[in-house]
Amino acid sequence: MGLGSDMYRQQILDHYKNPRNYGELEDPDFTHVGENPSCGDTIKLEVELDDEGETIETVSFTGDGCAISMASASMLSDQLHGMTVEELDSLDTDDITEMLGVDISPMRIKCAVLGRQVAQDGAKIHRGELDPDATRTQE
Amino acid sequence: MGVQEQYPFDVAAIRDDFPILERSVGGDPTAAGQDETDDIDLVYLDNAATSHTPEPVVEAITDYYRSYNSNVHRGIHQLSQEASVAYEEAHDVVADFIGAAGREEVIFTKNTTEAMNLVAYAWGLAELGPDDNVVLTEMEHHASLVTWQQIGKKTGASVRYIEVTDEGTLDMDDAAAKIDDDTAMVSAVHVSNTLATVNPIRELAALADDHGALSFADAAQSVPNRPVDVDDLGVDFLAFSGHKMCGPTGIGVLYGREALLDSMEPYLYGGEMIRRVTFEDSTWEDLPWKFEAGTPSIAQGIGLAAAIEYVEDIGIERIEEHERLLAEYAHDRLTDLGGVEIYGPPGDERGGLVAFNVDGVHAHDLSSILNDYGVAVRAGDHCTQPLHDKLGVAASVRASFYIYNTVEEVDALVDAVREARDLFA
Ligand SMILES: Cc1ncc(COP(=O)(O)O)c(C=O)c1O
Repeated sequence: MGLGSDMYRQQILDHYKNPRNYGELEDPDFTHVGENPSCGDTIKLEVELDDEGETIETVSFTGDGCAISMASASMLSDQLHGMTVEELDSLDTDDITEMLGVDISPMRIKCAVLGRQVAQDGAKIHRGELDPDATRTQE
Repeated sequence: MGVQEQYPFDVAAIRDDFPILERSVGGDPTAAGQDETDDIDLVYLDNAATSHTPEPVVEAITDYYRSYNSNVHRGIHQLSQEASVAYEEAHDVVADFIGAAGREEVIFTKNTTEAMNLVAYAWGLAELGPDDNVVLTEMEHHASLVTWQQIGKKTGASVRYIEVTDEGTLDMDDAAAKIDDDTAMVSAVHVSNTLATVNPIRELAALADDHGALSFADAAQSVPNRPVDVDDLGVDFLAFSGHKMCGPTGIGVLYGREALLDSMEPYLYGGEMIRRVTFEDSTWEDLPWKFEAGTPSIAQGIGLAAAIEYVEDIGIERIEEHERLLAEYAHDRLTDLGGVEIYGPPGDERGGLVAFNVDGVHAHDLSSILNDYGVAVRAGDHCTQPLHDKLGVAASVRASFYIYNTVEEVDALVDAVREARDLFA
């Protein structure tokens, strides 16, 4: 069977049905929202950093969308704990497909990487390196 | 009686004209064309996006390139004459097909979208002002909705939308209230590409006429599958695309009443649309060439004429009946499945498509899973975002049928939908 069926392995469905770190934080250092308008996928990510502002201590997300985007955000929220902001910056698409552990069909890559994009843009805006208006994701 | 026995024509024989229906899918989607890893039968239910091309149409296009490829209207040589005659006659075939007076009323464009933009720019920019309004429906395709919305911003004209009822039909009381003496244009989709509603274009055109407004029918989803006659509808403009009715991409049609087209300035300049040029000024060719600037889509225009002949050979009323059968069957079976929300009017009142959502399954996940079963459908907003906002969903899955689709293919769709629903349960 084709690529797609592999996309819905148990792990993906599990993260979709029981998303980890789902909810909002009391006092996040930054919050960022992004969407894929054509899919209607929306993800809001909240992050607390350590005192130096370098390491991610706590992450939570809320959102609405397809199983691929939601499962990807859920898995990413797990991975981000303890990661430095620099490490977050360097996450690329391959890291996301590796994390998901399944082949993502070309038309669905956008869904898979939305969470990462929101996290990276949010961090950049927080450090003043990105103009919020210049991103497709928005604060 | 089984639905198969009610087919109004020999569907199996039609399928033989479409070799693409023989291919399988399921392998590497980044490799164009079938390869050895493809091992699932294709069930193509994305005809509202684009239909397949039968052999006679492929042959007409190939024949042009193989034996008389040449630019039109530019040469005295024999090839150019042959190409010019075939390209011009294609306009006559279209005129006959939609009941237009003649080729003067048939302008070839790239697609429906370009036809709408042509009118919006050539007529709208010149004629509309802040006191005018343009009346659309809430179920317009972006091709018309965005075009008039943006022309409204440029001219100051306001845009009004006729409301869609909970049943998915147009609220005609609202139409009568919104179309008033300040209305300059009423543009409505004939068959909705999302709700499958067949809209009362004749009544809307009459309402427009009563108030001195022009009318425009977006017939992209109606000309391919039901009798459409511009006189009978009473519209001033009408547009459709070749690629949704067995024709090639790159060719669409704008029908316009001759007197109106005559009064409009060209939208694009250059090439075949010109009669006489000096350094100071230019004059334009006669209709329809005045609106066909530059080298047109010659093979595609000839291919469209071949597609119309193909469709007419089957019989447009029979095609309408076939679509109605499949749409009603699909509507009933999906309803019986449970947990499926279908948008638009009841099964026997719709065009040949069904847009729906399954509880707990996002449209994109659903279409990915359907794809695993070889079932090709569209997932998304189908270029009707505001309508989806009104329906309260971000996206839906749409199965759309054409002449070669079968009851067994609808069954394959329903089986795959059940699998998807159970996977996410
Ligand atoms: C109702 C309707 N209008 C307009 C269009 C635009 O057609 P095209 O993309 O060929 O310009 C479509 C199809 O995409 C349609 O379904």
